[in-house]
Amino acid sequence: MKILEFLSDPIIGIENWIVQLLENWGVATEWQTFIVYLIGAAILGTGALLITLILIWAERKIIGRLQDRLGPNRIGPWGIFQPVADMLKIFTKEHIIPDGVDPIPYHLAPIISVASVLLLWAVVPFSDSVRGSNLNVALLFILGVGGLGELGVILAGWGSNNKYSMLAAFRASAQMISYEIPMAIVLLATVILSGSMSLGDIVKSQNIAYIFFLPLGAFIFFVASIAENGRAPFDLAEAESELVAGFNMEYSGLKFGMFYVADFLRAFTSAVIFSSIFLGGWRGPGAEQIPILGFVYLLIKSVIVWFLGVWIRGSMPRYRVDQMMAITWKFLTPLALALFIVVAFVTKLIENTNQWLQVLILLVINVALFVAGFAIVKKFRKEKERIVVSTKKRVLAQPTNPFSQSETGG
Amino acid sequence: MLNQWLYIGIFFIIAMFLPAVAIFLARILSPKKPTKIKNSVYECGMETYKPTWIQFKIQYYLYGLIFLIFDVEIVFLFPFAVAYGKLALFAVVEAIIFILILLGGYLYVWRKDALTWQ
Repeated sequence: MKILEFLSDPIIGIENWIVQLLENWGVATEWQTFIVYLIGAAILGTGALLITLILIWAERKIIGRLQDRLGPNRIGPWGIFQPVADMLKIFTKEHIIPDGVDPIPYHLAPIISVASVLLLWAVVPFSDSVRGSNLNVALLFILGVGGLGELGVILAGWGSNNKYSMLAAFRASAQMISYEIPMAIVLLATVILSGSMSLGDIVKSQNIAYIFFLPLGAFIFFVASIAENGRAPFDLAEAESELVAGFNMEYSGLKFGMFYVADFLRAFTSAVIFSSIFLGGWRGPGAEQIPILGFVYLLIKSVIVWFLGVWIRGSMPRYRVDQMMAITWKFLTPLALALFIVVAFVTKLIENTNQWLQVLILLVINVALFVAGFAIVKKFRKEKERIVVSTKKRVLAQPTNPFSQSETGG
Repeated sequence: MLNQWLYIGIFFIIAMFLPAVAIFLARILSPKKPTKIKNSVYECGMETYKPTWIQFKIQYYLYGLIFLIFDVEIVFLFPFAVAYGKLALFAVVEAIIFILILLGGYLYVWRKDALTWQ
């Protein structure tokens, strides 16, 4: 019976055990909290970094399948040890520090890039009781830490002593700050529904997942988070097949590896946050009684969202830079503002009605806004003049080879 | 509440510490054979011409300013959204008017073509 109890909530069980142990050693209560927090943070941080190994393999494999390739398949069964081998290799690569770099930004940038992703894990609730920190301003924290990621990019570009890096960094950070705005406005709408900025309370208040209240909001948030992570189809800053690398051009060895890790981990982290805000996070049948189920539900939901992102990455062509800026400033931002205004107004009017009725009304409003937004865009879009290729039959160059036998010049 | 921030502080230090240690270890493990050509800036294969920190496009500055305006607005609206449950309809309308004023500026920026990538 005791084992079952432990298995249903192992994290709290272990935490209690450690606290008990420290108490027996005669450690003061404040230090107990400190040590437990330290262990928790170390495990969570290391765990998040180790997840990246699996993520890199899975993403390469999935993209491979989507593009009709095999993906990594040499090392271990299905190439599962490929990222481990890559990591070992990148560990022993030489760190080339180019001449004339600005040392502090140059060395700080990869560290800040990874830290900005890891920090997001500190506020994610994994179950009713298990979470890093139940911060009451978690959403502001998420937005602020997102800004830290931009700082990493701009430091990398500025410090590299490379014009191309710097221009790429400016471009990447312009993209990131632009997409942060629709994201933040949508977050405002979820705060209206939940009445709290704490991620734990937002999850707890989702008797019906917010994606049914705000499908348009979820759409905007999803697109904005893809763009903010700089992934395809918004990966102009480091378009692999067109540019060298972008802001991380002058980095080599593990410093480059850190940007790589941050990129892959950020995709999954934003999927976790998306599923916490819009899909009900750890909530699911029986998750209150058996907290370990909360982990499983959160994992399943995040993997589905993350897979959608990878799917889009594998199948969509890249946008042009002016299109990308127009999408956020001329489509997503006005749409998000309209959504916020309408949700703020309507939710007040239907405050005391049945919850299902609220869902229905908001759903209809969301769909109507979505359709209206697309109709307006379609009406006012200025078609760029296309270069018309003449369809007239062109005169083929006549072969002058006297040995050619065919009359059509074959 | 203070405990929650303590956790964030610890986590921040660990989040900076883990990549820093990894890079430091790799620095020790990796070979060091710098040469003059290897250490030169890559850029596009040519030798670098003139200083790196050049004047950049004014468009970025405009985007930065607009972003700042919106971000400040959002920070103002967060308390409103948290207190939403206790507000009357009138207060909600006031907040909407606040957004509409900002929307006026937004339309001005739009008409001035500051949002178009040039």
